[in-house]
Amino acid sequence: MGSAVALSRPAEGASAEEWDDYLHNRDNPAGLSRELWYHNPCGSWIVVERDTATHEILSTTLASEAAR
Amino acid sequence: MRIEGKGLVDRSAPVRFSFDGQTIGGFTGDTVASALLANGRRLMGRSFKYHRPRGVMTAGSDEPSALITTGTGANQRPNERATVQEIFDGLDVRSQNAWPSLKWDVMEVNDLLSPFLAAGFYYKTFMWPRAFWETVYEPFIRRAAGLGRLSGENVEDRSERAFAHCDLLVIGGGPAGLMAALTAARAGADVILAEESALFGGRLLSETTEIDGHPGQAWAEAVRVELSQMPNVRLMSRTTITGAYDQGTYGALERVGLHTPECDAPPECFWRIAAKRAILACGAIERSIAFPMNDRPGVMLASAVRTYLNRFGVSPGKSVAIYGNNDDAHRTAADLSAAGVSVAAVIDSRSDASTTGNWPFFAGADVIDTRGRLGLNQITIRDQSVERKIAADCLAVSGGWNPALHLTCHMNARPEWKVNLAAFVPRPGAVPGLTAIGAANGTFSTGACMEAGARAAADGLAELGMTEPEMTIPQADDTPYAISPKWAVDAKGRAWLDLQNDVTTKDIKLAAQENYRSVEHMKRYTTQGMATDQGKGSNVTALAILADATGRAIPETGTTTFRPPYVPVTLSALGAGAKGAGFAPQRFTTSHKASTSRGAPMIEAGLWYRPSYHPATGETTWRESCDREVGYVRGAVGVCDVSTLGKIDIQGPDAGAFLDFVYTNTFSTLKPGRVRYGLMLREDGHVMDDGTTARFSDTHFVMTTTTAAAGQVMKHLDFVHQCLRPEQDVRFTSVTEQWAQFAVAGPRARDLLDAFLDTPVDDVDWPFMSCGPVTVSGIDARLFRISFSGERGYELAVPARYGDSLYRFLVAQAEALGGGAYGMEALNVLRIEKGFITHSEIHGRVTAFDVGMDGMMSKKKDFVGKSAAAHPGLLGPEREQLVGIRPVAPEERLLAGAHIFAENAPKKRDNSEGYMTSVAWSPTFGSYLGLGFIANGRARHGEQMRMVDHLRKVETVIEIADPMSFDPEGGRMRG
Repeated sequence: MGSAVALSRPAEGASAEEWDDYLHNRDNPAGLSRELWYHNPCGSWIVVERDTATHEILSTTLASEAAR
Repeated sequence: MRIEGKGLVDRSAPVRFSFDGQTIGGFTGDTVASALLANGRRLMGRSFKYHRPRGVMTAGSDEPSALITTGTGANQRPNERATVQEIFDGLDVRSQNAWPSLKWDVMEVNDLLSPFLAAGFYYKTFMWPRAFWETVYEPFIRRAAGLGRLSGENVEDRSERAFAHCDLLVIGGGPAGLMAALTAARAGADVILAEESALFGGRLLSETTEIDGHPGQAWAEAVRVELSQMPNVRLMSRTTITGAYDQGTYGALERVGLHTPECDAPPECFWRIAAKRAILACGAIERSIAFPMNDRPGVMLASAVRTYLNRFGVSPGKSVAIYGNNDDAHRTAADLSAAGVSVAAVIDSRSDASTTGNWPFFAGADVIDTRGRLGLNQITIRDQSVERKIAADCLAVSGGWNPALHLTCHMNARPEWKVNLAAFVPRPGAVPGLTAIGAANGTFSTGACMEAGARAAADGLAELGMTEPEMTIPQADDTPYAISPKWAVDAKGRAWLDLQNDVTTKDIKLAAQENYRSVEHMKRYTTQGMATDQGKGSNVTALAILADATGRAIPETGTTTFRPPYVPVTLSALGAGAKGAGFAPQRFTTSHKASTSRGAPMIEAGLWYRPSYHPATGETTWRESCDREVGYVRGAVGVCDVSTLGKIDIQGPDAGAFLDFVYTNTFSTLKPGRVRYGLMLREDGHVMDDGTTARFSDTHFVMTTTTAAAGQVMKHLDFVHQCLRPEQDVRFTSVTEQWAQFAVAGPRARDLLDAFLDTPVDDVDWPFMSCGPVTVSGIDARLFRISFSGERGYELAVPARYGDSLYRFLVAQAEALGGGAYGMEALNVLRIEKGFITHSEIHGRVTAFDVGMDGMMSKKKDFVGKSAAAHPGLLGPEREQLVGIRPVAPEERLLAGAHIFAENAPKKRDNSEGYMTSVAWSPTFGSYLGLGFIANGRARHGEQMRMVDHLRKVETVIEIADPMSFDPEGGRMRG
């Protein structure tokens, strides 16, 4: 689902700029990227650190643990 | 001609096949090309553009010109390579791109016009008029220039797909690959050895190389036998690795049944192989030299001549000349001479070359012309400015070897130029986990290849934590490879590079002259390397000529990008098993058989199939059935399977708080035994889905979603819980398929239920929007009093195994009460009359405000989408808002997708004020009814406008109204 920015949801009442950043603004790095992936069979969301240039997977963490 | 005592074909097993209707004999183990050459047939096809006579150039999958069509009808396969297709009794082969016959081809006239048909000709000529592009130019060009044709018939889905996993994938079964596989296999690793050809051995089958003093073929066979007896090894012959993908995944095309007449074998199998490590040992591809008229049948690669001689026992000519720029070319003369074939001459472009053989030898000489209309009969050489004519019916050419490094480029790496080899070699680490060795890595001697194989396997084993076995490297030839670059001969006449697309050196120079200096531009301008062989033999030479024409070095000029697949892959192999019913999974409700046995046409809803309507005797149109079924619900009672709606069981102490965050409205205050309609937004403030959620206890809810959005909502709930609210103690699971659920709707719905439920349903205990457990003949069931039709409605859910019998029972009961089953058409009419929305309305671009539900957005709590929904622009009079739409004249048609304009405004796109989303003929009102969105629509009820469907040319004067046409007070629903 793209960048793991989605984990850091602004609190209610945050400024329009913060929401804009959260909802729409994404970097498109050639290199290290922290992303959210969904494993459909088991329903797990996973934080995946990946190199977009080499497709190398550097780490995986359950989103439920990363978000705590 | 066949040479006695040579080759590996089975002389005891003769085979007869047909080529252009003529019977040709060969032996088991022959390819179409070797059998044709054995019979003295050099002409095998015509070129793409100039229709020049062409023969065979290679002996492998890199063949650019000997393309054939095999089979007939649905099994017709165009553009197969004669060098790959093995022969069998009854094989039907036809040549391509020639009419009326291969020898007399009318379009050969194109060859005479060649001065006008250079690169870019089509771009420059067929520019205008524009209207001619599709009607005149394209059909003409396509007819004149073409390869094999498709049958136009549907191919039976007989190919297969398969998956495999291994520790080590070895790509290529030559000396390097066999050695690597043997080393890893002896260590106990799971090994897959994939070899493109039918036999293992690679070049050992084509050369007279000795290993440990014995023929190389014997060593290869001994290794194959050892490997075939090991349980940890899978030998895959006739299998080409087609692509390298992420995380050690490789695509592989196995030719399973294409070499046998047995018709029950699948033609091909497409494999996805996941390998922890891989070794690329697929050898090298010989290249030609661009000298004038180098495309005649009879001119072929020197390596191919040796393959035909040593592997197939066939000499491609009676008198063979050899032309090369490296020592390898000289082997050809030695092998031919030893087999008793006359060597007409050996021409080496290097002036310091020497020979040991007893044949005419010319050092520092070049071939500058050839003769022979349908096959070579003479070459002209320039020996120190003296021209000589030499009679020969075959010319073996070697311009050097290009490592077959394509797979190493599949993940975007570029190869490196190696000056001493005059070739590109793979960049180390180009594909993670893949190591290129042997000739594929620019190591050309047999001995060095075997050593590299053992070493690469040992390295791989170490990385996998396995111990390498004790290995002895057999003794083999270790002569280094010596070459001096020779790309093109400077002489008058057309010199071909890409034989299939008819690209000459002149075309490359023209591209450079017209400033298509980048390799990628040159490729597209000239079509160099864009044929079915993807320029395997010709790209590097074309690049060298481009480099020369633009005054740059080769590495500076670059290379084109190699992309998968390495060889052509048929769509029927790639998509095997995914045709027709296999294309997508089908989900059937428990009432499926009951519906189809009534003759109901089924429509797809996501992966589900639901009845559209149930035709009755005497009805001729779907509208009659639909109107009747609407009447059941409005007048008596209707039954409809609603099991396809997503059902998510949600449990836990924080279930209520979780739903409060997911829905715009509040669920934690809902009392057990009650149901509430809920609206769900995306975080960007737009509506995601809607549905009812029932509360069975403090900690137990059951959510329903729309049919199509069930998967999306489940994923969303997983996201919200795991990523945004991980601290909440709540669990949920999809129970869509565990419950069969039926809507019972209409004024007599309660009568129907009371007749069979174990306890009657009275309105005090079961008011509108209530839920709870009931028993049906002793079976635990759930009852919900909800309505999607505007009538008194109930939904009864039972464990799925009772669905079929309950549905049949409910329909029978409904019929006894003057009602019956209703389908999707009637359901749609009922909900449009009532103004209820579906995903036609909540299509992804509408907000809660747009559908008039902004009141459902709680101010007391945060929820997904709350902040964004309040953003300027997402609410206000400028938004297009949900409205009901009726034609002023009731019988006038409404059409979904049509746009809405002010009555007198010009009907141009800029003036569109809204659009129709749903329409239906309402038998209840005797009028068309619709729903749609109109700018500031809620303030415009009663206004007359015009609906215009530009595509279907329909205009209707309409009146804007409240979305809810039927029973706006809701008395019938609440009862």
